[in-house]
Parts: sequence; structure tokens; C-alpha cells
Amino acid sequence: MELIISKYNYWVYIILMMIGFYAMIGKRNLVKKLVGMNIFQTAIILYFVSTGAKRGASIPIVEGGHGEAIHAIHAAHYVNPLPHVLMLTAIVVMVSTFGVALALIIMLYRRYNTLEEDEILELRK
Amino acid sequence: MTLPFPILIILVPLITAFFIPIIGWWRRDLCYPLVIVALSVSTLSSVFILHLVEEGGTIHYYLGSWDPPWGIEYVIDHLNAFMAIIVSAISLIVALSSKRSVERELPQKVVYFYCLFLLQVTGLLGIVVTGDMFNLYVFLEIASLAGYALIAIGEDGAPFASFNYMIYGTIGACFYLLSVGYLYVVTGSLNMADLSRILPDLYHSKVVLMAFAFFIVGVGLKMALFPLHVWLPDAYTYAPSAVSALVAPLMTKVGAYVLIRIVFTVFTPSFSISLIPATTILSWVAVIAILFGCILALGQTDLKRMLAYVLIAEVGYIALGVGLANKAGLTGAILHILNDALMMTCLFLVVGAILYKVGLRNIHQFTYLHRKMPITMAAFTVAALSVIGIPPTCGFFSKWYLVLGAIDANQWLFAVVLLVSSLLNAILFFRVIENIYFEPANAHGEGAHEEISVDEAPLSMLIPILVVTAGILSLGVLSGKIISSVIQFAVPAGL
Repeated sequence: MELIISKYNYWVYIILMMIGFYAMIGKRNLVKKLVGMNIFQTAIILYFVSTGAKRGASIPIVEGGHGEAIHAIHAAHYVNPLPHVLMLTAIVVMVSTFGVALALIIMLYRRYNTLEEDEILELRK
Repeated sequence: MTLPFPILIILVPLITAFFIPIIGWWRRDLCYPLVIVALSVSTLSSVFILHLVEEGGTIHYYLGSWDPPWGIEYVIDHLNAFMAIIVSAISLIVALSSKRSVERELPQKVVYFYCLFLLQVTGLLGIVVTGDMFNLYVFLEIASLAGYALIAIGEDGAPFASFNYMIYGTIGACFYLLSVGYLYVVTGSLNMADLSRILPDLYHSKVVLMAFAFFIVGVGLKMALFPLHVWLPDAYTYAPSAVSALVAPLMTKVGAYVLIRIVFTVFTPSFSISLIPATTILSWVAVIAILFGCILALGQTDLKRMLAYVLIAEVGYIALGVGLANKAGLTGAILHILNDALMMTCLFLVVGAILYKVGLRNIHQFTYLHRKMPITMAAFTVAALSVIGIPPTCGFFSKWYLVLGAIDANQWLFAVVLLVSSLLNAILFFRVIENIYFEPANAHGEGAHEEISVDEAPLSMLIPILVVTAGILSLGVLSGKIISSVIQFAVPAGL
């Protein structure tokens, strides 16, 4: 119980990721697959962002940096910004993946008039 | 000392890719020469950089002059330079031959095709030169996204195949990203060299083990290793022929390169071999992949689909070389990356030429093709012999090293599988060659001896095919030199 509550953000990420994964693999509707893909990717963002967060820490800007004498800097007082920055890039990648996927779905709908995987396979025989 | 060549390899195609839609909007016929120039610059820089690496050892380039591990670092050692040459040279050859078939198959989309083509090459080259894990993820996605779009512009089934590819590709990329995240959490670094320094103390951590597992699955999805290959046959069959010729040889090979990098550079060989039985599992999977690819290829009548299954088997060869994890095996794997890239380029270019000239893909309709297109068919035969592994061609030498590696590892079964797969390949390709060269038994009637005039593919397709064929023949002879001057330095120490 202790393990679940103290690290609840990681459990949430795992559950979300599994939901997304199931939707990508198990669902037969292409839009549902796409939604699953988004949940999957968002879960990973949640994981990265929560690794950088710290309780009671502030944004990573060192006070009195210029000119004044810098006091000892404790890493525990600052949030780790790097995972957040990585996720900015990952979000861009994910948005473009989503865009390409939507374009593909439009192409498929124009050609087959359906977005059910089974019906498309049936039509392609 | 920071020479700009590592960055030039990527930057030139990337920037040209952005200029192509603008210039193509003004004058469409300028796109093709622009692509050729950009890729030539990349190829020349990679050749030059290999020369530098051979003289002065590994080259480091710090982006924006930020020292690693804070900044992104591009590292070129023998393996990177070798891969960069393969990727840039093959894409240059494919670009050269693409002109006619693209104008025929995609008349409205020439400009966008070349834009995506360059983006794909940029992504592949980026994967090869970068020394940063997260940067590799970004380039992997650039290459994949361009690949999805390129495949989707193909024939009837292409958008659906591309959508499936995208779902699997995204799972692969996300697993990769997740494992980068796991490694970052335990080490606080994203730089490959830095990671390989920090990681040995943490090898017993469960997080590191999970990261490794995610890596293998993610990269396996991208390189279409056997149980994760399901997207490949459809995607590569329905893609436009110029796209198949680009993606089929390169995407899987670059995936194999990432596998080698991670298994042997980021993690030390001792971790991958003895701490967990990763390489053993990998080689068993690879063996199944080889047999599976060859046997399924036997059942195909569509030449392009047959080649797609052969490609799955070829990925198996490379993975087997990695899995054997000894000097001969890994030499064979790295040599096979080069050889297979050449063979697959040649075969897919020939398929493109046949499609362009006669519009046929079913191998049973290929009769008399040797009279119509003698040179193309000769090239096809050479590439087929190389896939089978007949001595003067380059395919023999990499298989030779793989078999040696299997014997060194005392895995006689793997050696037997390698030989059996050669036999299967022989059946596979002689079936096609028979259809091309020999007249059907029941056609000795009146129509059999009608004159079939030579009607070769246009020169712009024929010359690249001949260049690759010459490469297949000459690299076979030169493979000893390639191994002694490049590959033996690319094999990691401690094997």
C-alpha cells in the first residue's frame, strides 16, 4: 500500500500506458487506435515530467547569479528542468505523428468510406 | 578541433528539404538536380570523414560548442563513418534512378516526394552520426514519419499498410523513448559515451534491465526483427518503387546499427553477453527469423512481396551476427549490413525498372523478359546469386563470416540454419530466374518464336542498377580490405 501511494504518479503512468497499448493493439476502429496511440504517448510524457518534479522545489533559476556572490546551491531546491525540455521535443514529435496519422485516416476514408479495420480488409480482397 | 563535416552530412539534406517545396513551386524540374547535389555533398563528406577517422581516430563534434554531457555530441568512429557512407551513397544511387519512375507513378507529387525523400535521408543519417540517446530518438522519428508519408503515396493498399506501420513504429519509438527515460533516471545522462561509463556500476538495477528490454523491443520493431515484422511486407510491397528501393535497404540496416550501438557501446559486451542472456535470446530469435522469412518468401508470387520476406530473413542474418557476439560473427553482421544494403537496392531497383517498362510483378508472367531487358535481368541474376551466397559476389563473404562466428560460438545448429537458408534462397531465386530465362514447356507452338525486340529500361535507371551490380561484384573481391581497414576497428573491444 505504501508503495502504491508514495509513487502513485508512476502507477498512473503504467495504467494509462496499458490502456493506450490495449487500444492500439486490440481495437478494430482506426480512430480508436489513434486515440490509444495518443494516450500511450501522453503516459510517457507523464512519466518524464514526474521524474523531474520535486516536492517543495522551485523553478531552476539561481537567485543572485550575476555579480553577486553565489551561495551554495542545493539541487534539492530546484526542479530538474531537463525531462521537461525533452518532453517539449517529444510533444512536437507526437503532434507531427498525430498529424500524419490523421492525414492517413482521411485518405483511407476517402478511398473506402469506412474506418473499421475489418471492413477495409474485406473491401481490399 | 571541430571540423564541420559531421554536421554537414545532415545539414545539407535537411536544409535542401526545406527549400525544395519553395523552389519546386517556382520551377518543378529543379527539384531533381537539387536532390542529387545535396546527396552528393553528403556522400562526399561521409567519404572524407571516413578518411579522417582512418587517419586520426574518432571525431567528436559538439553542437553549439556545448561540451558533453550537457550538449549534444556527434561522434564519428569507424562504424558511424561506415554506416554514413552506406546510407548517403545508397540514397544518392536511388535518387539518381528515381527520376523516371517518380514522374510516371506520382506525376502530381514530384516536389513533395523529393522533399520527403530528403527528410528521410536526413533522419537516417542523423541516427548514424549522433552520440546522444535523445537526439537519436528525434532522428528516428524524422526518418519514420517521412517513411510513413512516402509509403502512403503508393498504390491501392498503401495508406492502410502505412497506417499499420505507423502504429507499430510508434510503439517501437515510444518504447525506445521510455528506455531512454529509465536510463536518464538512474544515470542522469543522455550521452552515449557518458552512459557507458556510468552504467557498469548499475548493471544489477532492475531499472537498467527494464531499459535494456525496452530498447531491444523498440529497436526490434523498427528493424522488423522476426516476431515484430508484421508491418513490413505490406508496407514495402505497396510503396512506390523508388520508395521501396530507398526504405527497404536502409531503414532496417540503420535499425541494425542502433542495435549494435546499444548492445555493445552503451551497454558493455559483458553485460549483454554474460550478465543477462540477451545475445543468446537474440540469436535464437534471429534463427527463427531467417527460416521464417525464407519459407514465407517461397509462398509468394508477387516479386516485390517476395523480396520483402527475403528482407526479413536478411535482418535475421544481421541480428544473428550480433547475437553470436564474437569477433567473426559481428564482423559478418557489419559486413552484411553493407552487402545487404547493396543487394536489396539492386533487387528493388530492378523491380522498379520491370514495373516501369512492362508493369509486371507476378513472377509467372516474366517469361521472355531476358530478351526484352537483358542487362537488367543480368543485374538481377547477379544480385540473386549474391543473396544466395555464391563466391565471387559479396553475399558469400558476409555469410562466410557468420558461419565462422557460429562455429566459433560452438553453435553448430546456427551454422546449419545459415546453410539451409542459403539453399532456400537458391530455390527462391532460381524459381524467378527460371521464369525469366527459360521458355515455358507448353509454349512451343506457333507464338513461341516471335521476335521480341530489346526494350531496355531508360539509362537513368539502368546506370544506377549497373553501378550497384558492379559494387556487388567488386566488394566481394575487396571485402578483405574493407574488413582490415574499417570493420575490424568497428568491432567493439572485449569480444
